[in-house]
Amino acid sequence: MSEDKKAVVDINRSAYDFKDIENEKDFYRLKEGLTEETVLKVSEEKNDPEWMREFRLKCLKLYNEMEMPDWGPSVEGLDMDKISSYVRHKEDMKGSWEDVPEDIKNTFERLGIPQAERESLAGVGAQYDSELVYHNIKDEVAAQGVIYTDIESALRTEYADMIKSHFMKLLTPTDHKMIALHGAVWSGGSFVYVPKGVKVDIPLQSYFRLNAAGAGQFEHTLIIVDEGADLHFIEGCSAPKYNVANLHSGAVELFVGKNARLRYSTIENWSKNMYNLNSKRAIVEENGVMEWVSGSFGSHTSYLYPMTILKGDHSKMEFTGITFAGKGQNLDTGAKVVHQGVGTTSVINSKSISKDGGIGTYRSSVVIQSTAKKAKASVSCDSLMLDSISRADTIPGMDIRTDDADVGHEAKIGRISDEAVFYLMSRGLSEEDAKAMIVSGFANPVSKELPLEYAVEMNNLIKLEMSGH
Amino acid sequence: MAEQSLLQVKDLSVAIDNELPILHKINLDIKPGETHVLMGPNGAGKSTLGYTLMGNPHYCVTEGNILFDGQDITDFSADKRAKAGMFLSFQNPYEVPGISLSSFIRNASHAQTGQPIKLLAYKKALKSAMEVLSMNEEYADRDLNVGFSGGEKKKAEILQLLMLNPKLAILDETDSGLDVDAVRTVSKGIMEYQKKKDGALLIITHSTKILESLHVDYTHVLVKGKLIHTGDASLVEEINKNGFERFVSDAE
Repeated sequence: MSEDKKAVVDINRSAYDFKDIENEKDFYRLKEGLTEETVLKVSEEKNDPEWMREFRLKCLKLYNEMEMPDWGPSVEGLDMDKISSYVRHKEDMKGSWEDVPEDIKNTFERLGIPQAERESLAGVGAQYDSELVYHNIKDEVAAQGVIYTDIESALRTEYADMIKSHFMKLLTPTDHKMIALHGAVWSGGSFVYVPKGVKVDIPLQSYFRLNAAGAGQFEHTLIIVDEGADLHFIEGCSAPKYNVANLHSGAVELFVGKNARLRYSTIENWSKNMYNLNSKRAIVEENGVMEWVSGSFGSHTSYLYPMTILKGDHSKMEFTGITFAGKGQNLDTGAKVVHQGVGTTSVINSKSISKDGGIGTYRSSVVIQSTAKKAKASVSCDSLMLDSISRADTIPGMDIRTDDADVGHEAKIGRISDEAVFYLMSRGLSEEDAKAMIVSGFANPVSKELPLEYAVEMNNLIKLEMSGH
Repeated sequence: MAEQSLLQVKDLSVAIDNELPILHKINLDIKPGETHVLMGPNGAGKSTLGYTLMGNPHYCVTEGNILFDGQDITDFSADKRAKAGMFLSFQNPYEVPGISLSSFIRNASHAQTGQPIKLLAYKKALKSAMEVLSMNEEYADRDLNVGFSGGEKKKAEILQLLMLNPKLAILDETDSGLDVDAVRTVSKGIMEYQKKKDGALLIITHSTKILESLHVDYTHVLVKGKLIHTGDASLVEEINKNGFERFVSDAE
C-alpha cells in the first residue's frame, strides 16, 4: 500500500497533518506485534545494559498477564498485532541541527521547533518516531550543570546509577497494562537533571512526532529537579492522520526535591487515529512545588490523569488542564493527587469542551492519607458543550482519611448559549468566530498559564477545531 | 425629492420560534440621522422588534420585509446586519468570560471593517470614549460584562456604540435599572453619537428620563404588537403625563 492510500485527508489540519513521506530504505521498522523476540530486538537496537534487558522482559511478562482496564473508553480499535513498536531513521541522533536528515528536518521546521529554540528555549529535544533525532542544550545552561539528553546516552555516563535508581520506580510496571507495555518497548524521551539550587530561567522543550503509520511511540521522560532547583519543561506532541490505529504510551516520571519547583507544560495534538494511553507521575518532597499545565486536543481515545504524590510536608501541586473533544473523539482526562505530608496543598482546575458528538470525561482522584494532617485540596471542573449531540461527564473521586482536611469541590456543566452567540454576532462576528471567541474565553484560564507562543498555538488549535466540521 | 430611507420596515409580522405572532404588520421608516422613540406598555413587543431588526434567529419574520440602506436584509444573519451598519444595545448584555472589553471591541471593529486597527490609535479612541461615559479605565481590561453592575453594562453597550460607528443604533431599554446619574451619563454618550456621528436612533424605552436631553424626531406607540400611533417629540410629554391608556383602548 502506498503512503497516499493510507492517508486520510483531513482539511484544515495541514499544519500538523502533513506527511513527509518516509523513504522506506532510510528507515528501520520493527515487525508489527509484540513478542519476546520483538522486545529483545528493541533491546538490541538500544544496546541496553543487562539490567534494562531483564527489566524489559519482566515488563512483557506482566503485560501479557494483565487485563486492559474496562472502566474507561473503548480501546477495541487498538490491535497490538498491527502496531510496530519501533521505527527509526537509520541516521543517529545529532547535536547540530544542520546534520539532522533533510526529511526529518523539514518536518520539524514546519512545526516551528528550531525557531522556538532560537527564540525562547534553553534546550530542545526532538523525537521522530521511536528515536531522538536531535538534542541540544544552550551552553550557559549546560554550564550550570544541567543535564538534558536522551536516556540511552545518559545510561553510558556517570548518571547511569541515578537513572537506574529512578527509572520506573515511580511508575512501576505493575501499575497497569499500558505501563507494563511501555516498560517492555520504551524508546527515546529525555533525561533531565537540575542540580541543587540551580534555577533554569527559560524552559526546556521536548517535541514528539510520530510520523509512521501503524506504529507506537513509547518515549520515557525522566526529570529530577534537585533541592531548591527550578525548572519549566515543555512537551509538545503531534502526528499526521492515518486510517490505521497508532498508539502512544509514554511515561513521564518527575522527581521534585525539597524546596524545588517544576512546571510541566504539555500541548498534545495527536491526530485522530491515535490511542493516547499515557502515564505521568510526580513525587514532591518537603516544600516542593509541582505545577502541571495540560492541553489535550487530539487523539481518538485518551486516558490521561497526571498524578502527583505530595510526599513531603507542605509540598504543593497545581494542575490546570483543558481537553477539547471533537467529532469521533473520546477523551477521558483529569488528575490524581495523593496527600501524604502535613500541610500539603493541591489545586485542580480542569476545563473540558465537547463538540460534534465528542465525549469529554473529567475523572479525578484526590486521596488524603491519614498522615496528611491539615491538608488542603480544591477541585474545580467546568465543562462546555457546543451542541446537543456532544457529551460531558464528571467523575470526581475523593478519599479523605483525616478529620482536619480542607476540601472543596465545584463542578459546572453547561451548553454554549444561543443568546450569547447572537450578542457577539450583533457586533459583526461571524457565527463561527463568535463561538470560537466564547470557547477561547472559556479556555483562557489555561492559555494564560502557557508561554506566549504556546498560548497562541492553543488558540489556533481551538480555531481549527471550531472551523472543522 | 425626499431623502432616501435608512431603515424601512414593511408590513412586518414576527413570531418567536414559529409560535403565535407577536408583531403584526409593522411599518416604520427611519432616515439617516433621525431619532425615533418607540414606547409602549410592558409586553407590547418592543424588544421583539429590536431583536428582529438585529436578526436574532429565534425571531422569525412570517410576513413583510426589512430594508436597510437600500438592501433587503430580512434574511441576513446578525453579523451581516452589523457590517451593514446596524447596532443593538442589549437590555441584558451577556457576560463573556476570558475576553476583555477592550479586545472584544477591537475584534468586532476588525470584523466589521475588515481592517485591523492600530493598537495605539485604538487605545486613544477607547480612552476618550470611556471619558465621555465616565467609565473607569480599568473596565477596558476586565472580561466583557463579567461582574459589571447594571449601570456599567449599559455604559459598556454605549461605549461599543461609540467605537463601532453604526448608521443606526437600536437602544433596547438602555435606561432601565439605572440611577439618575447613570441615565444622565448614558444620555451624554447617546448625544455624542447623535451629534458628532450624525447617527440614526431607534430608542426603545418605558420612561422618558433618557429623552430629556435628546433631540427626538418621531415617537411611535406600540400596543399589543401593533404600531398604533406616530407623533412628534411632544407625544413623549403626553405619554409621560397620561400614560398609555388612551392608546390601549384604541388598540382594542
